[in-house]
Amino acid sequence: MADTTMPQSDGAPGWIRRNRQALAPALFLLPGVLFFLFYVIFPIWQSFNLSFYRWDGLGEPVYVGVENYVELMDDRAFEVSMWNNLKWLLLYLLAIPAGLAIALFLNQNVTGIRLYKSLFFFPFVISQVVVGLVFSWFYDPTFGLLNQILSFFGFGTLNVLGDPSLVTYGIIIAGLWPQTAYCMILYLTGLNAVDPEQVEAARLDGAKGLKMLWYVIVPQLRPATFIAFVVTIIGALRSFDLISIMTNGGPFGSSRVLSFYMFEKALSEYGFRMGYGAAIAVVLFLIMLLFIAYFLWSMYQEEKGGR
Amino acid sequence: MFPRPIQKSSPAWAATYQALVPMALILWLLPLIAVAVFSVKPDVDFTTGNYWGWPSAFKGFENYGKVFFASDMPRYLWNSVLITVPTVIGAVALSCMAGFALGVYKFRGNLLLFFMFVAGNFVPFQILMVPVRDLTLDLGLYNTKTGLVLFHVAFQTGFCTLFMRNFIRALPFELIEAARVEGVAEWRIFWFVVLPLMKPAIAALSVLIFTFIWNDYFWAVVLTQGAESQPVTAGITSFNAQYRAAYHLMSAGSIVAALPPVAMFFLMQRHFIAGLTLGAVK
Repeated sequence: MADTTMPQSDGAPGWIRRNRQALAPALFLLPGVLFFLFYVIFPIWQSFNLSFYRWDGLGEPVYVGVENYVELMDDRAFEVSMWNNLKWLLLYLLAIPAGLAIALFLNQNVTGIRLYKSLFFFPFVISQVVVGLVFSWFYDPTFGLLNQILSFFGFGTLNVLGDPSLVTYGIIIAGLWPQTAYCMILYLTGLNAVDPEQVEAARLDGAKGLKMLWYVIVPQLRPATFIAFVVTIIGALRSFDLISIMTNGGPFGSSRVLSFYMFEKALSEYGFRMGYGAAIAVVLFLIMLLFIAYFLWSMYQEEKGGR
Repeated sequence: MFPRPIQKSSPAWAATYQALVPMALILWLLPLIAVAVFSVKPDVDFTTGNYWGWPSAFKGFENYGKVFFASDMPRYLWNSVLITVPTVIGAVALSCMAGFALGVYKFRGNLLLFFMFVAGNFVPFQILMVPVRDLTLDLGLYNTKTGLVLFHVAFQTGFCTLFMRNFIRALPFELIEAARVEGVAEWRIFWFVVLPLMKPAIAALSVLIFTFIWNDYFWAVVLTQGAESQPVTAGITSFNAQYRAAYHLMSAGSIVAALPPVAMFFLMQRHFIAGLTLGAVK
């Protein structure tokens, strides 16, 4: 045991000695909590506050009440961004079943499978900037692999990133690539821990295939599914890098999402509208808050059962 | 085991499976393989339209040589190192302490503080953007690596504390109680009893945070500009603007930029996956 080798008395004064149990956590927490309050919690409050001002980032902010929010209601670009966010949210969830499918496919014991698994995971490790670049070449109308394949089968060229009705889907597919890899690794770990006795018992009862998957395996994968859900939702709402790299919001702003639109409004060459940007960010935050509340509630239910 | 082990099915299907896996892998990684092939092609291949064919000559050394010796790429890479490594150290150190406090002590507001970290970690970056940029400007740290590091440390502390706290919770509590009975000071318990047991968690978090921060693009764009402080994710866009349509160089640059986290992943695979999948199994 490690503790037997340690000195027993540290000569602390009586008051500290008596209140040690109460003081210690405060001291351990202090640096982390201060940093976090300063850079994360306090700025959230500041953004809320700023959304009631008009401010170009240089002069004095002017209080305008809810004017920014009123303007949002009639802002066509905001509406487009909202819809795109919804598409991201829904379609990004496809990463979960896709990840499960690949995990099931790879959950075997054959030679080299470990290497295969880590290579399948590869896209997640690469920066989204590179993923965006790779996919914009894949979609390129003049030489992109997609159009080579399409023309091979006799279809016409498709300019995915130049077509306002396709562009968001094109970017989402690029985003699904690393996200599926992430979900896959979660499920591979989950499948590893599936109780073999239950599987055998179900097999004896004649369960197999999809029925087995749905009634025996998936319920046991619940923790993995929960995490996959959390990270996928967050990933969908944070989508920024891919849009910025692949289309810069275009064509005609049709691939914007709230996070991108906010950035554009607050920091682009079209003028610094910090207050308006903050209002967009607040809307995004409120959407996220629904999910955060749900995540925290789930974690709280878990905690109640714990120590 | 589910699905049924392939060894128990027919030999024909087993053989098919063995062939299917590499084919699926090639399909899955096709975009990346394309970039890798691009990066060793000579530029004539792109002017003559030989995009997807075999390289007409191997120009790997020339292309990568250009990236390393005739561009700002090494500076961007070095900036990334100077941003990523201090962030990893800072975030892991802060979260070890915070996670210890939240995981070991019972006090009022414990769960509340913990949930503050968890919730803050899920927040969309954009709501922090304007205030954090402003704050960084006020501190005189705009367009410095320090400004970026300080923010990253603070933000990553949320995720890291969640991770550390749950890890410490799973440790045998009797060890800590035994030390307390012996009258060991709390900070000694932290340093000599708990910290050594946290080594796997520290390793897992370090590789994860390394990858997250190395690949960060949003904050790099918001808080820095120019080759003197921008990390490689932001640098690659100016690199690409400089070599527009020079696909072989853009590919080589991208591969160089993506390599450090990939190397980290392969070297520390076990820790990396353990970190990512913490909580995926009960």
